Amino acid sequence: MADLDHTQDRAPVPKDWLYAPAPESTDIVRLQERYGFFIGGEWAEPSQTYVTISPSTEEPLAEVGEGTPEDVDRAVAAARAAFENGWSSLPGAERAKYMFRIARILQERAREFAVLESMNGGKPIKESRDVDVPLAAAHFFYYAGWADKLEYAFPNRRPRPVGVAGQIIPWNFPLLMLAWKVAPALACGNTVVLKPAETTPLTALLFCDVLRQAELPPGVVNIVTGDGRTGAALVEHPGVDKIAFTGSTEVGKEIQRRLAGTGKKLTLELGGKAANIVFDDCALDQAVEGIVNGIYFNQGHVCCAGSRLFVQESIYEPIVDKLKQRLETLRVGDPLDKNTDVGAINSKMQLDRIRELVEAGKEEGAQIYQPSCELPEKGYWFVPTVFTNVAQSYRIAQEEIFGPVLSVLTFRTPDEAVEKANNTPYGLSAGVWTEKGSRILWMAQRLRAGVVWANTFNRFDPTSPFGGYKESGFGREGGLHGLEPYLRFDDSEAWGG
Amino acid sequence: VAQAPALPTGFELPLEPRLPRIGSIDAVALEERAASLAKRSIKKDAKVWALELAIRCTDLTTLEGADTPGKVAALSSKAIRPDPGDPSVPSVAAVCVYPNLVPTARERLEGTGIKVAAVATGFPSGQYPTPLKVADVRSAIELGAQEIDMVIDRGAFLSGRYAKVYDEVVKTKEACGDVHLKVILETGELGTYDNVRRATLLAIAGGADFVKTSTGKINPAATLPVALCMLEAVRDVHEETGRRIGFKAAGGVRQAKQAIQHLILVHETLGPDWLTPDLYRLGASSLLNDILMQLRKEKTGVYQSPDYFTLD
Repeated sequence: MADLDHTQDRAPVPKDWLYAPAPESTDIVRLQERYGFFIGGEWAEPSQTYVTISPSTEEPLAEVGEGTPEDVDRAVAAARAAFENGWSSLPGAERAKYMFRIARILQERAREFAVLESMNGGKPIKESRDVDVPLAAAHFFYYAGWADKLEYAFPNRRPRPVGVAGQIIPWNFPLLMLAWKVAPALACGNTVVLKPAETTPLTALLFCDVLRQAELPPGVVNIVTGDGRTGAALVEHPGVDKIAFTGSTEVGKEIQRRLAGTGKKLTLELGGKAANIVFDDCALDQAVEGIVNGIYFNQGHVCCAGSRLFVQESIYEPIVDKLKQRLETLRVGDPLDKNTDVGAINSKMQLDRIRELVEAGKEEGAQIYQPSCELPEKGYWFVPTVFTNVAQSYRIAQEEIFGPVLSVLTFRTPDEAVEKANNTPYGLSAGVWTEKGSRILWMAQRLRAGVVWANTFNRFDPTSPFGGYKESGFGREGGLHGLEPYLRFDDSEAWGG
Repeated sequence: VAQAPALPTGFELPLEPRLPRIGSIDAVALEERAASLAKRSIKKDAKVWALELAIRCTDLTTLEGADTPGKVAALSSKAIRPDPGDPSVPSVAAVCVYPNLVPTARERLEGTGIKVAAVATGFPSGQYPTPLKVADVRSAIELGAQEIDMVIDRGAFLSGRYAKVYDEVVKTKEACGDVHLKVILETGELGTYDNVRRATLLAIAGGADFVKTSTGKINPAATLPVALCMLEAVRDVHEETGRRIGFKAAGGVRQAKQAIQHLILVHETLGPDWLTPDLYRLGASSLLNDILMQLRKEKTGVYQSPDYFTLD
């Protein structure tokens, strides 16, 4: 403990309270040395492999397959066979049975998944434990409920499955994004070929074990790991009927170009540069919590992160002061420690990108503030950062940083707030902080964002649709809306959709 | 101000430098923050440190109609040496009793540094004429009380007569002089966090040295969100005026684990400066034994039967 203070007349008192390490044990996770692809319910040997690491220690965790076009082809064939041979014609209630099973097994094995997610992705255990894994299970529960009610969800439109869905997911919420994609696809009677992100394949591979435990028919879900080339092979495969992609806007645009004219259905969930708008009549301390949660949750690796903070000028000083104070109490470090608030940056590449943009912010003249905190020597880390004096024209106010970096801007009137918030190529999410209900509705009507949170931020629920405007993508995931991309309807047939 | 009928929105309390704006509280977000702090995992030496701190900050309390000199003398002995089997366990901060029992406690605690606090101002309801309340305070001090725990008039507060509440705090503080004044808000009766914040600022403006959650007679008492709400108000006052106001959580804290959660709130809201008996107190009676039991477990590795810890 820290130095002792003997000024008191009773027992000596240490000056500061240092929380002892409280790491979650990794014993529960049994990793294989090497993973292949999960195709047709069996493990297939990869011809090439790469090593996946822990971003907080840079230690290797396992060797995983690098999917070639041939591997993708085999996976699509398995998915097609499963689709034709029963899955698509199975009664909805039967499909739901498998999905409920998956959901329950995810809950039973929640700790195992949470620990592995934090090991492979670097996110704090408290987030993988309290957010990622429970929400993933909730998505399966929720969409299992829809499986036998599609006729009621879309009356008189004769909803039918699309076929084989190719799904490409990002590294920020590996298991949760898998659930967002796989659950609605299965509920609607599709089969799936999923490619996890290159840096975070392990929970998807562990999920294959859950599929086997749930006795899901072989080929209904196939998983092929690899990098962008594997993803490209999946996008271009003629046997795929639908592509669902979550990731960067750059790659999303490329996918859309390649799919043009192929008749494949497409949904894209891309980047964001969300405005978090704080009015002077908000509950100050709670707004500060929301700002912190908005940008530092999951190290800012969140496409809907509240990375542009708009503060009404009359409360600029107290908000920034409180924010800086709050940053001092953020605990950055070992993702497996239960007291960690901010974990490791997911990869070296992402760390370089964050550093580059932060340098740009400094050069452009923004004022940087970083709390005093010690970072571990090994691994990829970035101190939670706030930029003040940011102009709308700076790169840090325009480009998605995808890291724990907040840009603070100001506004004077609600109109100005809306104008500035919408002045971005993105439109995924926004936040409004005010105690005034009418203003929340007024703002929500005018903000061009797929999600508008009021007096909260980064809150997800399977029943609520999520998706973007403009360059944040199209199509919705979650809720009733999330079923649509995985269905064909009588009325869409005429349009070749 | 004492004549003002109510506290209109945006009303600024008559202090120089002025108090922060009253502001509002978002209940959902407040409760969420309190719950997330409650998930901190405190282990090993950090836990021992916290448990010993909790003892040093305890106001060991008995507030029953059946209290007798014998009971208070026994309690006072326990306050000095909570665990006779382990002299390294520190003494508590104070003993808190009704005014009539103050002399007994003073006698037993003479020379130990442990303070004697008395509840006053028509505790626990506060539904008495102001002159009686002030007289109550004066007589408690004459009997030897070194700290006064007053209650605010919730009836006046809830009917919007904030000025009366403020006025009574001012008069009580006058009667106290140098005697330490803790103002009990009885948050369980205030109904909303907005009210808790208002009452906290009102008490501080009136001259409170400490703000305290509850009497211990009403449930809910010192819940984590209520504590957080009051700590944030204390923080705002400190930021804006430099005044350091103490905080006392009282009522409903029965387990060592809860005590640690309360300490975490203080640590992460006001910082380590507030983790001292001068600025933080835990009002409790049954809590102490659970802390002793946990401490013994941390030191010996095994839990012991409650029979090994004295009742008072």
